[in-house]
Amino acid sequence: MQKFKGIDYFNLESLLTEDEKMVRNSVREFVDSEIIPIIEDHYMQGTFPHELVKKLAELGVFGITLPQKYGCAEMNNVAYGLVMQELERGDSGVRSFASVQSALVMYPIFTFGNDEQKDYWLPKLASGEKIGCFGLTEPDYGSNPGGMVTQAEKVDGGYKLNGAKMWITNGTISDVAVVWAKLDGVVHGFLVEKEFDGFTAPEMKGKHSLRASITSELILQDVFVPEKNLLPNTNNLRSPLMCLNQARYGIAWGVVGSMMECYSTALSYAQSRIQFSKPIAAYQLTQNKLVYMLTEITKAQFLNLQLAKLKDKEEVKHTHISLAKRNNCEIALDIARVAREILGANGILSEYPIMRHSANLESVKTYEGTHEMHTLILGADITGFEAFE
Amino acid sequence: MKIVVCVSHVPDTATKIVVGSDNKTIDANGVTYVLNPYDEIAVEEALKTKEAQGGDVVVVSVGPDNNKESIRKALAMGADSGVLLKDDNYRDSVGVAKALAEEIKAQDAQIVFFGKQSVDYDNSIVGQLTAEMLGYNCVSVAVDLKLDGEKITAEREIEGGREVIETSLPAVITCQKGLNEPRYAALKGIMAAKRKTIEEKDAAVSENSVEILEMKKPAPKEPGKIVGTDSSAVPELVRLLKEEAKVI
Ligand SMILES: Cc1cc2nc3c(=O)[nH]c(=O)nc-3n(C[C@H](O)[C@H](O)[C@H](O)COP(=O)(O)OP(=O)(O)OC[C@H]3O[C@@H](n4cnc5c(N)ncnc54)[C@H](O)[C@@H]3O)c2cc1C
Ligand SMILES: Cc1cc2nc3c(=O)[nH]c(=O)nc-3n(C[C@H](O)[C@H](O)[C@H](O)COP(=O)(O)OP(=O)(O)OC[C@H]3O[C@@H](n4cnc5c(N)ncnc54)[C@H](O)[C@@H]3O)c2cc1C
Repeated sequence: MQKFKGIDYFNLESLLTEDEKMVRNSVREFVDSEIIPIIEDHYMQGTFPHELVKKLAELGVFGITLPQKYGCAEMNNVAYGLVMQELERGDSGVRSFASVQSALVMYPIFTFGNDEQKDYWLPKLASGEKIGCFGLTEPDYGSNPGGMVTQAEKVDGGYKLNGAKMWITNGTISDVAVVWAKLDGVVHGFLVEKEFDGFTAPEMKGKHSLRASITSELILQDVFVPEKNLLPNTNNLRSPLMCLNQARYGIAWGVVGSMMECYSTALSYAQSRIQFSKPIAAYQLTQNKLVYMLTEITKAQFLNLQLAKLKDKEEVKHTHISLAKRNNCEIALDIARVAREILGANGILSEYPIMRHSANLESVKTYEGTHEMHTLILGADITGFEAFE
Repeated sequence: MKIVVCVSHVPDTATKIVVGSDNKTIDANGVTYVLNPYDEIAVEEALKTKEAQGGDVVVVSVGPDNNKESIRKALAMGADSGVLLKDDNYRDSVGVAKALAEEIKAQDAQIVFFGKQSVDYDNSIVGQLTAEMLGYNCVSVAVDLKLDGEKITAEREIEGGREVIETSLPAVITCQKGLNEPRYAALKGIMAAKRKTIEEKDAAVSENSVEILEMKKPAPKEPGKIVGTDSSAVPELVRLLKEEAKVI
């Protein structure tokens, strides 16, 4: 087993506390010995590594920033980011699992739920006993979720839900889905449990990306949801968007893990692969590529660390997170592609992690707000003109 | 039961070691220090012993302030408290054992775990020395351990096989790979470790009986010899392997 040493050209390590380093190292070791040895097979077979769920829970990566009384670590946002970074160095699919469980299921229950809901669900989600998913996107509403057609109707003792969600990470294996639906035209969140009548979550097949992650449809046909399963403090589209902000923050950090993995693979390959009498690392064209990667990784690391500090001080704006998500995903995908070039034909093999990261990052660039949507969010912020419609 | 686990703080095995300008120590610049990998196995065994029998796990380390990092890692894995026996200077194995023995006596520990060796100086001797000084039984290089009341049944790794031995508490166990799979320091454990105490004391005074005269890197390997690049070189290669290298 190879031990990953990290990429840290500017000694950003010196800006981390001892706990933050310990968290990072612990997750890094976990990724080296528990994820990397098994992930390529899962990816090729298109299966989710169920065996990791309990281990990830024991490590404590679900709901990292939430209070200890729910069985969570109650750490800061630097630690949260570092955990996402290390997990995604393993695989974006595993990071996606942790992101959804934490930012898109535990966070909304913690933020919009009542005590009864929190006390019941959070400890079970933290321990991995229960798995959750987040249903916002619909077949006809992706970038504009506000147009959603999934409806909730008030009935005796609760609500009746009808509609369909698509592209839902973890859907098929979830015990609970946070489903967003319109009640009298206003978006609310509902906790839809897997055994509710009329609710099914078939898996979507045929993905070329995030193959070690489960993606599903959620089909709701006259599903009765009891009153106690309404998230009481949700009352417009802002609620799901707040969740997305948490997840996007994790993605901004996560993809730096992919960058580091692709870069370090390409660097060591270039140093040992000899063509025309010299290692390809000795050619200027290759050096240009490697220097580009290292420079972009370093910039993304600085961006993330300041983003974390702002988030810990509660001074972060959603536009800060958009900028980091947008930039880092695009760069990560570029780096993966450049790394693939350096590996030549070997770059397409599953013996190396590059192509898997590259294919995964296509999804990561798209979900949680596409690259273009974040451009428009930032464009609106700096010009004062909204260009969505 | 009082359980003590003794840990050292060593350069990460992935570090490239550079000898310092005094030629007697390593250049610590840019070196990452970690909890000695064999001591992780010792910590794990101590925690498993506590989980099975109840008790308290105390982590003890001899050395400078930085050793607290490794103590804290052991606390994050689940140990209850730590003791740093401070000494900023080089100490030989006997000196380390003396300091540990004194502390273990004060703790009145029934069972003491060590890694089978520390990957810095690789002396593989501190556990055994400490046992001797305390008059405790000692099982070195343990790959299996069972505790039944006072009775210990252990397996040791020996050349070409395993040896099963029985002994009794109080005892020192030095731990070898295969004894267990050390747990990761979980996030909650890392937070909990912040509230655990590390007591600091001066390490018992000791005169070194070993002096390090010089440290040097092994001589670089001789470059290989290319006999030829096509099949015509095979007879010469075979001759060299037979007559010079004497491997066939
Ligand atoms: C693997 C995977 C997992 C996912 N997991 C989840 C999940 O767990 N929960 C969930 O709710 N969703 C999930 N999604 C859905 C994801 O959030 C959506 O795919 C994303 O929001 C984009 O929506 P869309 O695919 O419908 O694309 P569309 O919105 O149809 O966009 C298509 C293209 O048009 C562009 N575009 C759209 N509008 C404009 C405009 N006004 N101006 C310029 N360009 C525009 C987009 O940027 C994009 O390039 C997941 C997606 C994937 C791929
Ligand atoms: C799916 C597939 C099918 C193929 N089918 C065939 C086939 O049918 N028949 C066949 O003969 N071959 C085939 N190939 C091999 C293909 O032609 C080689 O992969 C290609 O020539 C590159 O060689 P390489 O993979 O060894 O990369 P390398 O030559 O090792 O190159 C690695 C990297 O170093 C760069 N590099 C190399 N030298 C220099 C230099 N001097 N300066 C700067 N950069 C340099 C390259 O551009 C590349 O980015 C196939 C490859 C693939 C992936």
